[in-house]
Amino acid sequence: MARVRTGARALGAVLAGVLGLALAGCSATGGKRAEEAREAQAAGGRAAVNTPKWTFAMVSHSGDGDTFWDIVQNGAEQAAAKDNIKFVYGHDEEGSRQAQLVQSYIDQKVDGLIVTLAKPDAMKGALAKAEKAGIPVITVNSGSEVSEKYGALTHVGQDESIAGEAVGEELNKRHKKKALCVLHEQGNVGHEQRCDGAEKTFDGTLKRLYVEGTNMPDVQSSVESQLQADPKIDSVVTLGAPFAATAVKAKEQANSDAEIDTFDLNAQVADGLKDGSLGFAVDQQPYLQGYQAVDLLWLYKYNSDVLGGGRPVLTGPQVVTRKDAGALAEYTKRGTR
Amino acid sequence: MSTAAPPAEPQPTKPTEGPDERLVHRSLARRLMGRPELGAVVGAIAVFLFFSFAADTFLRAGSLSTVLYASSTIGIMAVPVALLMIGGEFDLSAGVMVVSSALVSSMFSYQMTANTWVGVGVSLLVTLAIGVFNGVLLTRTKLPSFIITLGTFFMLTGLNLGFTKLISGTVSTKSIADMEGFESARVLFASHLTIGGVDIQVTIIWWIALIALATWILLRTRVGNWIFAVGGNADAARAVGVPVTKTKIGLYMGVAFAAWVSGQHLLFSYDAIQSGDGVGNEFLYIIAAAVGGCLMTGGYGSAIGAAVGAFIFGMTSKGIVYAQWNPDWYKFFLGAMLLLATLLNAWVRKRAEANK
Repeated sequence: MARVRTGARALGAVLAGVLGLALAGCSATGGKRAEEAREAQAAGGRAAVNTPKWTFAMVSHSGDGDTFWDIVQNGAEQAAAKDNIKFVYGHDEEGSRQAQLVQSYIDQKVDGLIVTLAKPDAMKGALAKAEKAGIPVITVNSGSEVSEKYGALTHVGQDESIAGEAVGEELNKRHKKKALCVLHEQGNVGHEQRCDGAEKTFDGTLKRLYVEGTNMPDVQSSVESQLQADPKIDSVVTLGAPFAATAVKAKEQANSDAEIDTFDLNAQVADGLKDGSLGFAVDQQPYLQGYQAVDLLWLYKYNSDVLGGGRPVLTGPQVVTRKDAGALAEYTKRGTR
Repeated sequence: MSTAAPPAEPQPTKPTEGPDERLVHRSLARRLMGRPELGAVVGAIAVFLFFSFAADTFLRAGSLSTVLYASSTIGIMAVPVALLMIGGEFDLSAGVMVVSSALVSSMFSYQMTANTWVGVGVSLLVTLAIGVFNGVLLTRTKLPSFIITLGTFFMLTGLNLGFTKLISGTVSTKSIADMEGFESARVLFASHLTIGGVDIQVTIIWWIALIALATWILLRTRVGNWIFAVGGNADAARAVGVPVTKTKIGLYMGVAFAAWVSGQHLLFSYDAIQSGDGVGNEFLYIIAAAVGGCLMTGGYGSAIGAAVGAFIFGMTSKGIVYAQWNPDWYKFFLGAMLLLATLLNAWVRKRAEANK
């Protein structure tokens, strides 16, 4: 009995200590409080129009917990709040299940659909069904080549080949001779197009490396061993922002002086550009992809407006370097760039 | 057989007071309680009722047909995987094998400019060969099936990507939709018919046919007894003359056959195939079989149970969408549902055994 009581008392003391530390040891920089202050500054979530409360659904090919798709969703949600839209979101990395998700939103008779066409063949049937059901579709991110053919109103996104070409040209500008293209998702057509595009315009040689994107240690060790095996590699291009920091670590481990460049942006990449550990980033502005898709669907429902005239509305590539990094840091931290 | 096991001597029946327990008449309710799939059926009803209330679009005919389709794509594989589990083994290569099968079929037809049926036939041979490879390696090496099929899983994943890039130059195959034989093959593997305004995908028919076939094999044929015996105790089964090696190879071929059916469905409904798909699906099949009452240790289970398990899975995964819940929680709900169904299953079985 006595021992139990001492135990309880000790626990109480520890708890009090932790609480005390938590209260006294406030961080003056960053953390939740700073984030809340930033959020308060950002645009409020009130509807700016009084159109009916339509429901728009988005189905992406994202895996779980992907930072990029979080930004797309942020954009979509903010546009939805403004347009008085109920926004629902589903995702599955497997093509056939992504199509099933689209089907289940068609069953629910949503008022508009936003889909990605990373695996276009799998999505063809589902889009035909949406058309038959009279649901307007906008495609975002990947699939600009087939979007119109599959009956979508507009495609909002970056042309992956053009983005890749931009990388090749930027590498030439930086006098690189041998680059490593790191693909983190096997079988993603858009990823292949990025590397193809870079290969097309790059004067040096481009080598491909497939890594397991969901397993960061694997990404690091794979890049590391490539850099060790081939000291001629003078630049590494990762296809997603989270992998850039990992590539930097791999480069340090391998004692290589290759430049790390990346597709897409996040807070870490913005910092990396600032401190010079990263060369450049090619941004496709995911916030715009979500925001524009919802806004364009709203415009179509409200005013029958269609943008692009059958051509994709490009949100990228925007090559971001050290000189842009300062302004971007703030936006990446609040999750909109 | 160097060491002949002593034949199982029939035990002299002890003089008991009442009649022989095997002859006791059991009521219908009690006989039902002894079925392996009962827990899963109760779980399925619970999940069904839950989503009927949670999502107002769930009960529409169109929605139910989507749910059934999703269930059938898992269910077609869950049936032979359940048989394999009853036989005491696993197959971790089952998910990727589906995609391999589709890739072989598509690339062979395209590269040889052959009638798509030729590709379909070649794919059947290749897929069955993968099944035989798993089975033979398992029975020859006596290594755990976990290791053998994990090896096959990785090899197939690599082969899928490697061959596709080598042959097509991209990560997906070329479309074969304009080739001869495509339409007729699509009728068999990827068509859908409308019955009373409800869309029925042909995979649902394949699924039901496979359940019926597997149930018949398990309960009405000698092979069925072999499967239960092999999974219960392989050595004892061998001692009484069950062809253990043949049975196990056959079970792996069953999985391969279903993988072929699923793979052809993928191919003919989407024209082209992504080489990276299929990874991770093997767990869905195993989970469906386990939820449906197949013991992880072998020797117990049913094909119908696995089908009900796949149905629970289909209802949960699509029900969450119909309920318009935040997808960040999707996997949590899925896991909780599966756990609850399995617990319910275990509880019902325990009560059934206590009542015997």
